Amino acid sequence: MTAPAAVDEERLNAEFDAVIARQDRVEPRDWMPEGYRKTLIRQIAQHAHSEIIGMQPEGAWISRAPSLRRKAILLAKVQDEAGHGLYLYSAVETLGVDRADLTRRLITGAQKYSSIFNYPTPSYADVGTIGWLVDGAAICNQVPLCRSSYGPYSRAMIRICKEESFHQRQGYELLMTMMRGTREQRAMVQDSVDRWWWPSLMMFGPPDADSPNTAQSMRWGIKRHTNDELRQRFVDMTVPQADALGVTLPDPRLAWNPERGHHDFGEPDWDEFARVIKGDGPCNAERIAHRRRAHEDGAWVREAAAAFAARNPAGAPAAATRGGRG
Amino acid sequence: MTRSPAAEPNEESVYAGLVDVDGDASQWAFGAGFDDPLAGVDTTVPAGLDRTDLAAYCLMLGDDALVLAQRLAEWCSRAPELEEDVALANISLDLLGQARLLLARAAAADPRSVPELPPDSPVPAEDALALFRDPGGFRNVALAEIPNGDFAQSSLRLLLFSVWRLALLERLRASADPVLAAVAAKGVAEVAYHRDYAARWTVTLARGTAESRRRTRAGAEAVWPHAAELFAADPVELRMAGAKAGVSPEEVRPACEEVLEEVLAAADLPRPDLAAPTRVRGRAGEHTPALAALLAEMQSLAREHPRGTW
Repeated sequence: MTAPAAVDEERLNAEFDAVIARQDRVEPRDWMPEGYRKTLIRQIAQHAHSEIIGMQPEGAWISRAPSLRRKAILLAKVQDEAGHGLYLYSAVETLGVDRADLTRRLITGAQKYSSIFNYPTPSYADVGTIGWLVDGAAICNQVPLCRSSYGPYSRAMIRICKEESFHQRQGYELLMTMMRGTREQRAMVQDSVDRWWWPSLMMFGPPDADSPNTAQSMRWGIKRHTNDELRQRFVDMTVPQADALGVTLPDPRLAWNPERGHHDFGEPDWDEFARVIKGDGPCNAERIAHRRRAHEDGAWVREAAAAFAARNPAGAPAAATRGGRG
Repeated sequence: MTRSPAAEPNEESVYAGLVDVDGDASQWAFGAGFDDPLAGVDTTVPAGLDRTDLAAYCLMLGDDALVLAQRLAEWCSRAPELEEDVALANISLDLLGQARLLLARAAAADPRSVPELPPDSPVPAEDALALFRDPGGFRNVALAEIPNGDFAQSSLRLLLFSVWRLALLERLRASADPVLAAVAAKGVAEVAYHRDYAARWTVTLARGTAESRRRTRAGAEAVWPHAAELFAADPVELRMAGAKAGVSPEEVRPACEEVLEEVLAAADLPRPDLAAPTRVRGRAGEHTPALAALLAEMQSLAREHPRGTW
């Protein structure tokens, strides 16, 4: 004989499965399996952290942008990333965690962010390459998430994807302009593409054979394609863009395969991928230290805003009413 | 639970858009395809207006905006909260937009104001002025160039700057120069928001905790000594005011005093002395050491590539 609580859980599970099967959306107040909630929290928080850490590699060039027009484009882009972080933290807060706690997990290393942002940006061409390749890879990963089974995430992703696609075009346009410039500028672009190509391919995650969580996430409708499918799609999409740009992608095995109807390509260095994820990339420590410093330096401001808002609920800056977040 | 919306972004069509490399990529860049702030404005310099004075005056207002935009952008990824990161970037972008129009106007009014570059250099005039001019050629007030300090000091600087700039722009809407008038008309709405933002944070921090109050008072000590310079008129400003194309900063002092009095009374902070002797005359090209350091960084990449196209 089954206990009533278990029967109840079984019925809820069945209803949840039916929602997923119909490709309807799960909303914050709906019942959901604990594993689904935890996986989503991890996925959305990692995405939010990636937006926030992702402000740094390009943000480092705002002060030195080579024209006022490029300065405006770059500052607006990095500002958009802060905005994306905000939407995503709001989406994950609907699952019962709060932003201060997530920030703490980021700066203590308890939660990850995309390892691509642990690579350095030694040249201005990197601003363009990040837009073209990194944002391009992010779009491949993210467009399917506009159909994520979790409502708040899917809605945030629709808006984010539109802006990311704009950023990708801007990055590509910068590279195109530099390729029409001086010999030094063309060399900067090729050097930058050489450095970012393989890390961009790693953004899709390990090969399917080594990706244990993929199957469950696909069953739950919070992942829509496997890592290898998305990686292939990215390569196929990028090759003609590289041709139009006049740069060489640094992979001698890259070639069109008419039988498959796709490009064949080489294997990224998965040992490097593992090292960077583990914290041993070129900029891991610097990125976290920067975020931690901003957070700690701002603590007195958040405390002041909370104290003021507690006494003057109507008169505080909008952000202050969020209340003294850690 | 919600039903799937009928019109979702279609995955395949989004990818199709991305591989369309035949289209004109420049249409996607900010600054093209956006509303031209000077659309419909007659950009000829009015007869009788001294072109050298107009250029010098535009550089003054343009440099104020450019240098403070640079300082505000330093907060990017470093603000106390994400909302503040977004807000400060907004303010920086507004000022950068004003600076670009004003520098371009200076170059159009008097091409001799633009630093000389190699004859085959594709660098536009606004960038030649911003990125190839030496510190002594900059005409901004010291208030714009002093370092950010902490968030309290930055808020107080922004408060003082935007109270002053809003008063100037409100009057400049009636400038005899149609471009200055158009830039001012656009800028008034922007700077009114900057002033509101800075005023709210000034009051919040001054009345928040003991720590924030201590920092706000220290910020006032660092910022207030640069207040009087804002109201000390340079001969160019006086001549432009006489020609009904500019505003004498002396004229806006009472209005600024009134606004500051209101905010600083609410914050219970000391007021700056707007009539004190000035220490630095930025309008004459005199600056604190902070400007040279700021420009060395800002101009470094552009100067490495005087023939570069960006």
